[in-house]
Amino acid sequence: MERRAVYRNKVLPWLLIGPQLLLVLVFFYWPTSQALYWAFTLEQPWGGGNLWAGLDNFLYIFRDDRYWGTVLRSAFYALAATGLSMLVALTLASFVDRALKGTKLFQSVFIWPYAIAAPAAGVAFRFIFSPEAGLVGAINDIWPGIWDPATNGIHALAMVIVCHAWLGIGYNFVFFLAALQMIPRSINEAGAMDGARPFRRMLDLQLPLIAPTAFFLLIMNIISSFTDSFGLIDTMTEGGPIGQTEVMVYKIYVDGFKGLDYSGAAAQSIILMLLVIGLTFVQFKWVERRVHYN
Amino acid sequence: MIERSPFFDALTYAVMIIGLILVVIPFWIVIVAASQSLQEVSRVPISLLPSDQLWVNLSEAWDRADLAPKMLNSFIVAIGVTVGKITLASLSAFAIVFFSFKARMICFWLIFITLMLPLEVRIVPTYSIAANALLPFQVILDTLGITGLVQAVSGVQIALNWNLLNSYTGLILPLVATATGTFLYRQFFMTIPDELVEASKMDGAHPLEFFFDVLLPLSRTNMLALATIMFVSSWNQYLWPLLITTDRANFGTVVMQLKALIPAQNGTPDWNVTMAGALIIMLPPLLVVAFMQRWFVRGLISRDK
Amino acid sequence: MAQITIKGVKKNYAKTPVIHGVDVNIEAGEFVVILGPSGCGKSTLLRMIAGLEEISEGEIAIGGTVVNKLEPRERGCAMVFQNYALYPHMTVRRNIGYALKVAKVPKAERDERVMKVAQSVSLEPFLDRRPGELSGGQRQRVAMARAMVREPKVFLFDEPFSNLDAKLRVAMRSEVRRLHRDLGVTSVFVTHDQIEAMTLADKLIIMNAGRVEQIGRPTEVYNNPASRFVADFIGSPAMNLFEGEFDAEGHFVHGAGGRMNVSQLNGVRQPGRKVVLGVRPEGVRRTGADAHGAIPAVVDYVEELGASRLIHADANGSRIVALDNDSAELKSGTPVHLSLADSALHLFSLEDGRRISH
Repeated sequence: MERRAVYRNKVLPWLLIGPQLLLVLVFFYWPTSQALYWAFTLEQPWGGGNLWAGLDNFLYIFRDDRYWGTVLRSAFYALAATGLSMLVALTLASFVDRALKGTKLFQSVFIWPYAIAAPAAGVAFRFIFSPEAGLVGAINDIWPGIWDPATNGIHALAMVIVCHAWLGIGYNFVFFLAALQMIPRSINEAGAMDGARPFRRMLDLQLPLIAPTAFFLLIMNIISSFTDSFGLIDTMTEGGPIGQTEVMVYKIYVDGFKGLDYSGAAAQSIILMLLVIGLTFVQFKWVERRVHYN
Repeated sequence: MIERSPFFDALTYAVMIIGLILVVIPFWIVIVAASQSLQEVSRVPISLLPSDQLWVNLSEAWDRADLAPKMLNSFIVAIGVTVGKITLASLSAFAIVFFSFKARMICFWLIFITLMLPLEVRIVPTYSIAANALLPFQVILDTLGITGLVQAVSGVQIALNWNLLNSYTGLILPLVATATGTFLYRQFFMTIPDELVEASKMDGAHPLEFFFDVLLPLSRTNMLALATIMFVSSWNQYLWPLLITTDRANFGTVVMQLKALIPAQNGTPDWNVTMAGALIIMLPPLLVVAFMQRWFVRGLISRDK
Repeated sequence: MAQITIKGVKKNYAKTPVIHGVDVNIEAGEFVVILGPSGCGKSTLLRMIAGLEEISEGEIAIGGTVVNKLEPRERGCAMVFQNYALYPHMTVRRNIGYALKVAKVPKAERDERVMKVAQSVSLEPFLDRRPGELSGGQRQRVAMARAMVREPKVFLFDEPFSNLDAKLRVAMRSEVRRLHRDLGVTSVFVTHDQIEAMTLADKLIIMNAGRVEQIGRPTEVYNNPASRFVADFIGSPAMNLFEGEFDAEGHFVHGAGGRMNVSQLNGVRQPGRKVVLGVRPEGVRRTGADAHGAIPAVVDYVEELGASRLIHADANGSRIVALDNDSAELKSGTPVHLSLADSALHLFSLEDGRRISH
């Protein structure tokens, strides 16, 4: 990031960057340090400050079967929603990339889900998947009781995952399409000269060339499955039935703000933060080695 | 490329149409349900044709969820975050890219690490300062002994207090304090040729003149993209507003109202009103994305590299 | 108009020296060209004059004022950049007038001055266009107009024509010459193109690897290159250079034992002295086998130039190029005899490359 032409001004850069630094310190570093403090201490019930607890908060969490259930569920949720969303988006992008007549119209509609708030989609999908209402619930008229996310945890989780995947289509589609469009025409033309038909070219030439983007999206999607899932779960199932749709962020929220167990929630936050940082690092490492074909 | 493959073309259209249905169905259901009467919406299976109750349901949802002040709040927050982000991001990216000062790399990393952790992930720690955002400074002053010193000298005790609960600053500032925009601006500023900077130096322009006369006009596309992204994401914020506003009547945003619109377990299943509310609430960011699509797409992409 | 004095100027990038100490005097109103291969430090030197690059050591004075610590805007220089560096979002008018706007020149005066400058480089029809809508040559003229409008004390040109095609380059060259004649402003022009340098310069500065090799008028530099580097760098086709030594009889021995009779070098022909003998192709002639000092050679190939041709030949293991006006057909492998014109010989030390006068 070195430039040849720079300004050598002593005060001005600090004035420019100061506000941003202040905000970051107040709203990022300070709170994070607080979370660390809480994670390693325990608040006394009758006041008098926090007691050093060492790794106790973490050990307590790790011994909790319910926590591991949440972790596994989050992992499943992340992989299922990510896979579904990316698969649909990639399929759509590869066909849109052929740029046949009228494609532009499809293209703009495919981006729409990006604009929708997770809770709004949650409410809409809750209605669509409601066992009593008229769309998916209609199959209950044929086979009574076959679909009931209100009591069946697997149904509920499936419903949330489908909604999450739908929400991600827009974002994934944009990136896939851009990656596909960045492949030089000549590669496609060379493939055609070699006698490969369009579908073959898609499989043999385009897919391998967009692998870096796919990887980037994979990580972004997994991270967003940790974050965006809150709005969905809170409006669709509130973690239920009996905690069967509770994922990590939601459990932190419940423990910290409903159960008022700050130390436990802080320790869980630290674990989640480490997880997200780890994923981001993996991604940066990969991005460094990205294939460049232009 | 001249290549005829009618079968593959047909397949292409078929896939795109299926995709279109997949993407549009939820929107369609929302609109259809929002236009139906209670009886119509309760019918199983539901009719997929819109009815004539749209206006009735919209105004019912508007009143029931008290959307007028919430709408205003949502706009204030979304616009506040957008403007704040663009301002801070462009200024700090300018400092990082175009100035050489000792702590530059440290500042760079201090800001960029924040990219890794979205607000939802660090919700507990962030909430910890909601009651007093100035606490870090109080702690610094206390630790350095300045508080005691000032008290001894002047008899005034320094007690910094800035409560963020139920305030626009509380809704806005934590969302401004991330590096998304800075990153985007930095990426763009790096593509500005050195010679342009030098030409402006030769023309006698001050760094700030270069910033306002050259950099900002050149980054208009990026600004629009960032504005779209920020507007959408801040309008759609859910968890943070939920925590920071206990006074929902005055400081709630529309997205927080969605849950209140869901029919109660044993109440009237008036999903038509719920869907009308959802429609109102999802419309502003959807319109923004639809209108700004061209710029927004470019912005999303350049965030990648 | 201002004089520029460069005294003992050095430049280091993170301890690596790139300019090793340059001393140059540029007279007021002079047109000076700095010529050298890429990476020789010529642009760095120019940018130090402009104030875009810090001066590590030494001193630069413009019009008698030391400018080391001055900002670019305080030095009274204007610069034309290699890639034009026009502001892409501004019209030609605003591009040219930007420096005046920054200097808070009133709008009316600004417009007048922009118009005047635009006329002098025939840009009036394009004033309301953006740089992106102009051809390369027009952009180049905008860049020059932008430099001229400030009425600077010094013009600096950083390889300004390197992005233009050959024909346009010739046209721009004469335009720059004309502007310099009309305005008489001290100008420093950096290029790696020797023809550009020869045609434009009042004074030529040849640089190599961070050092000045030679300063002088173009003809001076051409006729009396101060070093082997200059001899090799200036002139097209390039000078023939033979490494070798003098034998006991005073013959120059080179290549695989080829001998040349170079009696005109009397006085410097100490036996065993290792030297480089240089002769420009136009100093090499075809001659009869029996002529005095004739060098036998075998034709390798012939390069047609139209009015003349270049004979590339092998003389006892040394490659030699001769400029020839004869049109007789010469096939590859034909034996010929060549002779060296008396006045055209240059001699350089093999050790340090400096010229040995004779």
